[in-house]
Amino acid sequence: MLHTLSIGELGRSLNSGQISSVELTRVFLARIERLNPALNALITLTAERALNAAAEADRRRAAGEQGALLGIPLIHKDIFCTDGVRTSCGSRMLDNFVAPYDATVVTRLKAAGAVMLGKANMDEFAMGSSNETSFYGPVKNPWDTTKVPGGSSGGSAAAAAARLAAFTTGTDTGGSIRQPAALTGVTGVKPTYGRVSRYGMIAFASSLDQAGVFARSAADAAIVLKAMAGFDPRDSTSVDVPVPDYPATLGEPLKGLKIGLLREFFDGLEARNTALIHDALKIYRGLGAETVEVSLPHLPLSVPTYYVVAPAECSSNLSRFDGVRFGYRCENPVDLLDLYKRSRGEGFGAEVKRRIMTGTYVLSAGYFDAYYLKAQKVRRLITDDFRAAFQQVHLLIGPTTPTPAFAIGAKIDDPVTMYLNDIYTIGANLAGLPGLSLPCGFVEGLPMGLQLIGPHFSEAKLLNAAHLFQQATDWHSRSPRGYE
Amino acid sequence: MAQPFAAGVRVMSDWEVVIGLEIHAQLATKSKIFSGSATAYGAPPNTQASLVDLAYPGVLPVLNAEAVRMAVKFGLSIGAEVARRSVFARKNYFYPDLPKGYQISQYELPVVKKGKLAVMLDDGAVKTIGITRAHLEEDAGKSLHEGLAHASGIDLNRAGTPLLEIVSEPDMRSAKEAVAYMKKVHTLVRYLEICDGNMQEGSFRCDANVSVRPRGREKFGTRAEIKNLNSFRFVEKAINYEVGRQIELLESGGTVVQETRLYDSDKDETRSMRSKEEANDYRYFPDPDLLPVQIDESFIDEVRATLPELPDEKAARFARDLGLSTYDAGVLSASRELGAYFEEVAALVGAKTGSGAAHAKLAANWVMGELSSALNRDNIEITASRVTPAKLSGLLARIVDQTISGKIAKEVFEAMWSEGKSADAIIEAKGLKQITDAGAIEGVIDAVIAANPKQLAEYRSGKDNVFRFFVGQVMKATEGKANPAQLNELLKLKLGGGARDA
Repeated sequence: MLHTLSIGELGRSLNSGQISSVELTRVFLARIERLNPALNALITLTAERALNAAAEADRRRAAGEQGALLGIPLIHKDIFCTDGVRTSCGSRMLDNFVAPYDATVVTRLKAAGAVMLGKANMDEFAMGSSNETSFYGPVKNPWDTTKVPGGSSGGSAAAAAARLAAFTTGTDTGGSIRQPAALTGVTGVKPTYGRVSRYGMIAFASSLDQAGVFARSAADAAIVLKAMAGFDPRDSTSVDVPVPDYPATLGEPLKGLKIGLLREFFDGLEARNTALIHDALKIYRGLGAETVEVSLPHLPLSVPTYYVVAPAECSSNLSRFDGVRFGYRCENPVDLLDLYKRSRGEGFGAEVKRRIMTGTYVLSAGYFDAYYLKAQKVRRLITDDFRAAFQQVHLLIGPTTPTPAFAIGAKIDDPVTMYLNDIYTIGANLAGLPGLSLPCGFVEGLPMGLQLIGPHFSEAKLLNAAHLFQQATDWHSRSPRGYE
Repeated sequence: MAQPFAAGVRVMSDWEVVIGLEIHAQLATKSKIFSGSATAYGAPPNTQASLVDLAYPGVLPVLNAEAVRMAVKFGLSIGAEVARRSVFARKNYFYPDLPKGYQISQYELPVVKKGKLAVMLDDGAVKTIGITRAHLEEDAGKSLHEGLAHASGIDLNRAGTPLLEIVSEPDMRSAKEAVAYMKKVHTLVRYLEICDGNMQEGSFRCDANVSVRPRGREKFGTRAEIKNLNSFRFVEKAINYEVGRQIELLESGGTVVQETRLYDSDKDETRSMRSKEEANDYRYFPDPDLLPVQIDESFIDEVRATLPELPDEKAARFARDLGLSTYDAGVLSASRELGAYFEEVAALVGAKTGSGAAHAKLAANWVMGELSSALNRDNIEITASRVTPAKLSGLLARIVDQTISGKIAKEVFEAMWSEGKSADAIIEAKGLKQITDAGAIEGVIDAVIAANPKQLAEYRSGKDNVFRFFVGQVMKATEGKANPAQLNELLKLKLGGGARDA
């Protein structure tokens, strides 16, 4: 039952020589082979590379090395460039794209000795909240395969929930780690903007994108984040702030911690979901924290603000996919315009096109001020609201999503309803704040997530608060049936 | 002021020309503005294009601080305010030589704000041209169409090369003024060592905004923008053509449309490229991959300390300390290398003859005259001149100490130019040393007078200009080596017994 062990336990077993990384890797590869067909959580499996990397990790350990991630198997979201391995970003556009370099996140985890098993399915170019926009088909939620796992990091979330790897990586532009973590019952961390390098992470919306981690506990996430985080001279927006020893700070008592309850997050939230959050608050009060209600008056403007800023940036970021240098190229283009139009028309899916068009529109002459500029102003107001709130409280708390996982197909034809799924998560992206989702109970047999949001670079505080909650509860250690 | 157009068909007396230039100076950084690739010219296609330059998925730009330093240097040299905060924006459009589908440029907040530049015109008048702004941006790659059947090649070596775009006010009133301004900027960026100024390689080029308006009217006419002019001559010809075209159009009842035009140097005409209606909507917005550029006082002070003596300062010093005319001082300060060469020659002549700066004018004449024409003739850079400042000053010292005459010196110079020897060696080898021995000169004069009794009689009967015949004869007999002043004096004595003042 190696797949049920935490990263800490796996590390101890590897260090003691009870198991080898190759054995561990085989265990997870076997689970992938057996369980993934029903889930479609992976786009690319790299079994042979994984076994080689595991053997190398075993050699390093034999030579005396003892890293916390040395020999630990993971799955990367297919948005991170991996040298010599297809990096599709969930799109037909990059179905044939083999990245010639590693993203910084990949480099760092490789250096730490983590073993990549494969690349996780995702919404196309990270645009989606259900993993239904992937060129490789939807991912199924292991708790109920008729339900979506959330998105855009749906494959990573489902893989973590199904224990197809010890941990997985993801990216979060508007909730793409926290929302699927909530819907699949795992712990998902979206760090402060600038905490983790974006180099080699295929851009969706550059001012919002941030890489993070899915794990089965906050303690595991702390280990992974410590390895991923840090300044990268190749990303001008990464911040040169020392990385705390996240695992070392876990367990600090919460006495004196002031937690703000986000009033706006409870407007219209179903009673059952509200009840789960209130149960969680009771636990926090029991741990010595104080809870107060706070208001962020501009937060309800998050979704419209986001759906101007993110498409604007994506419309520009995705211009490089033109059929000229890499990726999909249409057959027999008659001229340059035809090459552009058909390569992009055939290479991109509907949701990506919708956002490129929206973004192009809001940046156009005559509309720029009314949309893009206005959205930037509102973004500033939302950021100021958060700043004011953090004058009063240490952390903010609320639900991660309005509802548990919804049925595959239920919202895909209704983009606005789909977009509203991110209503609670988008604020942290707009303000560049760290956020974390952790399991806090079930509604109709489906997991729900509790969201914590902190000030910039407060990841240690968030992880600790989540860890202590997980010490007091066992929601995070539940497994979906058939994946125990 | 009446001036013919290139076509020679019209006179511009009724019309006033208004010109503004956007100069693109390629910054002389070793690596590109947002990647570590080399910027050297002429490498095989795509050998200086990294994943960042190729806009591979996931790559990010990182600003080259050296490009910012160079832009600040320029800003300080034109007395402009350097923006404490400037922002890179994306200019979005599709083209195969633009890998990202957008160009990173500065739009609303450029690094260099308003400045100005004094420009000397052909007639010696000085005009101040306003500079609206200067901003940093990346160059695009090149599309290659030659030698490829049914395909275009893309060379991305140039993609990401840093450019400083220097935007002038619409302050110029003729093609000649525009060229004078462009030359001044060219001089300045080379002084500052921020651009190699190589126009054939495209390191220094401009777009010209040209319009005309009835003389006396304040409102500008509709302008056309002529793209990508890469020689001073083309700038002048393209503007002149365009001015003629616009005037002809207006005088025949037409209107000028705002558009982008291309200059065809083979046909010497401009052609419409695209109209305002067809123009791209570039959808500028701040580049979220790059932080705003913050420049503090200490950085500016640091850059200021590295500023060289600027062309105007140098020219003023040449005029003031070395007694050169404004014109000569302007010419000799037009490039750092020329100025340095001249100064070295002047100083060495002073040192060799113990005469200080008294002969700076002589040095100026020789550098601007013989040396410059020889360099031009053989297309050699002054820094590579075989006649070094030491050698040229050796020659000039022999003029000053009267070893040779100015005329002989030209002969010596030619020999120095072709043989590379010192002036003294050539004077010695060719026996060109001036004859200053009065007795020797008198002997030759006596012989010449004796051999030409007819001319002597003419002179004595009042034909003054026969004097020059005798000078010529003596010079011929001495192979030009007789000291001219001495010869004059002695000849006068011998011919006329001092009766005349020739």
